[in-house]
Amino acid sequence: MSQADSGIRIANKPGNQELWLARFRKFFPVLPVLALLAALAVHLLLPNRPVPKITSTYTFLVLGVLFIYLIFNIVSIWVANLRKKINNTAPIISVVILLVLIWDLVTLKLNLLDYRFFPNPDAVFNVFITDWHALGINLLYSLRLFFLGVSIGTVIGLIAGVAMGWNKTCSYWLHPLQRVIGAIPATAWLPIALVAAPTTLFASVFLVALATVFPVTVMTSTGVSNVKNTYFEVARTLGANHDYLIFRVAIPAALPTIFIGMFNAFCSAFLVLVVAEQAGIKAGIGWYMNFQVGMLQYQEMYACIILIALTFSGLITILFAVRSRMLVWQRGVIQW
Amino acid sequence: MVNSVAVVQSPVVKNDSQIKIRDIKRIFHDVSGNEIVALQKVDLDIKKGEFISLIGPSGCGKSTLLRLIAGLDTPTAGKIYFDEAVIEKPDHERGLVFQDPTLFPWLNIYENVSAGLKARKVFQEHKAEVQEYIRLVGLSGFEKSYPFQLSGGMAQRAALARAMVNGSKVLLLDEPLGALDAFTRMYMQDEILRIWEKKGTTMVLVTHDIDEAIYLCDKIIVMTARPGKIQAIIDVPMGRPRNRNHPDFLLLRSKILETLHFAKENNLSYYI
Repeated sequence: MSQADSGIRIANKPGNQELWLARFRKFFPVLPVLALLAALAVHLLLPNRPVPKITSTYTFLVLGVLFIYLIFNIVSIWVANLRKKINNTAPIISVVILLVLIWDLVTLKLNLLDYRFFPNPDAVFNVFITDWHALGINLLYSLRLFFLGVSIGTVIGLIAGVAMGWNKTCSYWLHPLQRVIGAIPATAWLPIALVAAPTTLFASVFLVALATVFPVTVMTSTGVSNVKNTYFEVARTLGANHDYLIFRVAIPAALPTIFIGMFNAFCSAFLVLVVAEQAGIKAGIGWYMNFQVGMLQYQEMYACIILIALTFSGLITILFAVRSRMLVWQRGVIQW
Repeated sequence: MVNSVAVVQSPVVKNDSQIKIRDIKRIFHDVSGNEIVALQKVDLDIKKGEFISLIGPSGCGKSTLLRLIAGLDTPTAGKIYFDEAVIEKPDHERGLVFQDPTLFPWLNIYENVSAGLKARKVFQEHKAEVQEYIRLVGLSGFEKSYPFQLSGGMAQRAALARAMVNGSKVLLLDEPLGALDAFTRMYMQDEILRIWEKKGTTMVLVTHDIDEAIYLCDKIIVMTARPGKIQAIIDVPMGRPRNRNHPDFLLLRSKILETLHFAKENNLSYYI
């Protein structure tokens, strides 16, 4: 028997390592429980270093997460999909819990970092309880700004992009504008916008819309001008008029590219939004963050960062869900 | 010179024809501005309900001629008449099927087949026909599928249904079966014949496959390249269904090959 033959046989059988991993995989759902218990033990059993105040928020948060996780596990006995999802996410959830544990350890327990600039997790999570009202109001201000700016920017971007992709004259006049104005970061307009615009809301919506409009325009015009000519020819032999060619052929065919533009637009809108709020608009999560830093309330700032992270990734998730729904016709949807 | 091959001499005006191609010339310009004569002095009459095919070497302008009939291109000189009117732009009465099915990937099969009716805003009146044509091409049960989920043959059948449901009087087929495997192709040839016999649509088929042309058509138009001209019009005097191994079939094939200067004398095994 040659070596190659035996090699193939071994490769066909599950190797020792794989078997070990498969056996270990069964215990994955237990890992987050262990991590949570460890976090609780560290928090309750180790002595605290002197800090202004300590609440029971962290303890209840850990217990709450533990409770919810156990409920999910019980439900998953009957729901196979949930079981799979839990098995899949258990390792990363455990790591996140361990990171919070380390955070608790180096701040509250070992006092390795200056507590004024690096507050402990209990202090940060407690902000969501004591200050939820201000956080909520400012988040709503930010969301209003986001949706106004992004919708206006997207509508203008779609119109300009289709016009540029479709019509040579439009492309001739708009392309240089897009090249020059599009190259200027939207935040550079901030000083002018704040002075020229009648209200600060107007100024900030203008900036967010500006940050949105260029990525959407570029990707829309690219998408429209790259639509295969045969689609238009087929549509014309089917008796399609001009409107049908634009709205029923060009735009649907360009949709995958348009969504990439939307994703880029969301990212630059987040950036401009926070910068604009920090720099001059007296409302929103970015402004509130700066305001609390001025008061040396760093736990508030960290709470704002967590809130921003959750909100923005939530918005991206919504965008992806809409995209997956609208692009079901695509073979192997683009992975992001 | 082959006896039964009628060499075209001059345009003959026939008034009962559905499509009249009169002295067509089409010149393209390449990148450096040189003239390329794709079609020169082309005259042809196509009767209503006729099944004809255009064959010839690559670059003989057969696809160009088809695009001119479709109205996707305009001739440099000459005119094409469809039911006595000059063809100037595409129309749903002249349906076109490409080699690539070119179904709209964002629409499912039902929506694809009804696309033309919706574009012309007559969908409500012809709703029942959509289902009928989907059944006719054997795609019942696949209405909700998207094009990427279909095999090449199925997609091509959907493309045929999309063109036919739209009230086409003429179907222009640009190598519609060229991309299919041999078995699917033979099956699809029978499908096309069945639909043609049932609906009586005029068919103009561009193909590279001589067997396909003989198997399907009433008349075969042989074209030559540079400049693209009609070399011969060959009638196929055989009833249907045709047997691909019948002596008449083989004889006709060898005649066409001779017309195209491919066959050697008495050598039927020389075959493209």
